[in-house]
Amino acid sequence: MNAWLSQHAQAFRGALRKLAMQRASSLLNVLVIGIALALPAGGYVLLVNLQGVAARFSLEPQMSIFLDAGAKPADREALEKALRTDARVGSFRFVSKEAALAELNKTEGIAEVAAALGQNPLPDSLVARLRENLPPELDALAADLRKRPGVGHVQADSGWARRLAALIEIGRMTVAFVGLLLSTGMIAVTFNTIRLQVLMQREEIEVAKLLGASDSFVRRPFYYVGALQGLAGGGVGLAILAGGLALLNRGVLALSETYGSTFELSFLAPGDALAVAAFASVLGWLGAYLSVSIYLRGIEPSYSP
Amino acid sequence: MIRFSNASKRYPGGQEALSNVSFTIEAGELVFLTGRSGAGKSTLFKLIPVIERATSGSVIVNGQNVSAIKPAAVPFLRRNLGLVFQDQKLLYDRSVFDNVLLPLSFSGFTPREAARRARAALDKVGLSAREKLNPIQLSGGEQQRVAIARAVANRPSVLIADEPTANLDADSAEAILQIFLSFQQVGVTVLIATHDLALIGRSGKRVLKLEQGRLVEGGDPA
Ligand SMILES: Nc1ncnc2c1ncn2[C@@H]1O[C@H](COP(=O)(O)OP(=O)(O)OP(=O)(O)O)[C@@H](O)[C@H]1O
Ligand SMILES: [Mg+2]
Repeated sequence: MNAWLSQHAQAFRGALRKLAMQRASSLLNVLVIGIALALPAGGYVLLVNLQGVAARFSLEPQMSIFLDAGAKPADREALEKALRTDARVGSFRFVSKEAALAELNKTEGIAEVAAALGQNPLPDSLVARLRENLPPELDALAADLRKRPGVGHVQADSGWARRLAALIEIGRMTVAFVGLLLSTGMIAVTFNTIRLQVLMQREEIEVAKLLGASDSFVRRPFYYVGALQGLAGGGVGLAILAGGLALLNRGVLALSETYGSTFELSFLAPGDALAVAAFASVLGWLGAYLSVSIYLRGIEPSYSP
Repeated sequence: MIRFSNASKRYPGGQEALSNVSFTIEAGELVFLTGRSGAGKSTLFKLIPVIERATSGSVIVNGQNVSAIKPAAVPFLRRNLGLVFQDQKLLYDRSVFDNVLLPLSFSGFTPREAARRARAALDKVGLSAREKLNPIQLSGGEQQRVAIARAVANRPSVLIADEPTANLDADSAEAILQIFLSFQQVGVTVLIATHDLALIGRSGKRVLKLEQGRLVEGGDPA
């Protein structure tokens, strides 16, 4: 155990030495990895924030049936009876125009507008929860209801929410795709760095092997180089992301203030941030592993004096 | 102890560089290996740390048949051998001390113990005062001694050297020979490949002589 630890400590020191030996290119690599990581991580952060927004709206299909100002109580009773017996409708509730106004007044910034109108502009309505979520069904139901006496306007509320959900799904796919591409790029960056280091240290590797260095002794420092470079790149990526969000948030805050809100884009959860850094480190390790596996195989010590 | 039994080596696409070589070097013996250029001295040398493998026959080092050893076991074999190469194979990107430290760095010593052994090895070859220099700043004979210090730093029981006195004047060669003799005196088995017949003559030690890959002197009776 002690020997194992000291071997790793030694490899770690060796890796730091290798990194320090080529300070400029190591720093450049860290920066490249950081940028490559910041892009998909940024996309992910935006998605998580957008999802938070979307979650505030129910994705369950709803339909609002607004009554004409001149609708008779009999019309409403007939309508309610029709809804009760319709298999496509799960439940419904009546929202009087007073209740609708009271609800609206709770929303920041709107109360003043409503007050300015003087009288209640809202109609009575019925809000139905639907069993079906398919657009053709919804459209058919809406068309049926629209024909009834006393019905002014029918609106399927779920439309935009579902569109948002679909957009988020597209965004998620895009982030995953970009993430995959850039991960490959990160592996390639480390792969190439390690390839160059192996070639540069060919002589040292040959001599060490001639004198009895094991394969893992030779390989280990390179793994640490890859993992450390990835980890540092992960840190830089998170810093870029934090900086970018801080900049964006100035604009976002200004925008949301006009809606009377204090909505801001939030940074990754601590666990997610840690996962991002760990992921970068694993990619670096993987790049190093692939490179070392390919290029060390070619270095069998030869000796032909 | 080193024992070759009918060991042959044919390089890929080449002629046989060693043919049916059989000899025994007892533990604690010092033996010279000689022969003209191209006779197969380096080839024989390479079979011991498995830099090359015998095409047939066996090579036994300290009781282990190294011609059949698994690749994964080769590093452990090499750590127990002291190797001095004809071209020295010193690293010129680090100090003399760090060169000697290299084989100790992967043999499981604590950094302190490794440093202590490296100093002791440099002391034995009389280079303690020059440990901080780069090997490039040393003379040929001094570099040869650094290579010997590196070979013995692990305190191997077998020490093999390929042309350790090539290109050295007689006095320097003699100094190197004295170093090898001092290792033999503490029980190390030593094999030295050399052209230097004068050196061999002065030492009075046993000689193995190769001619075109065949052992013509000093081998086991056929
Ligand atoms: N790697 C190799 N591939 C093919 N042939 C080789 C190889 N190494 C050596 N040989 C051949 O094997 C023969 C013996 O070579 P070796 O190096 O063992 O000779 P040597 O006795 O050490 O010579 P020298 O005194 O010049 O060092 C030579 O004919 C040489 O050309
Ligand atoms: Mg030779």
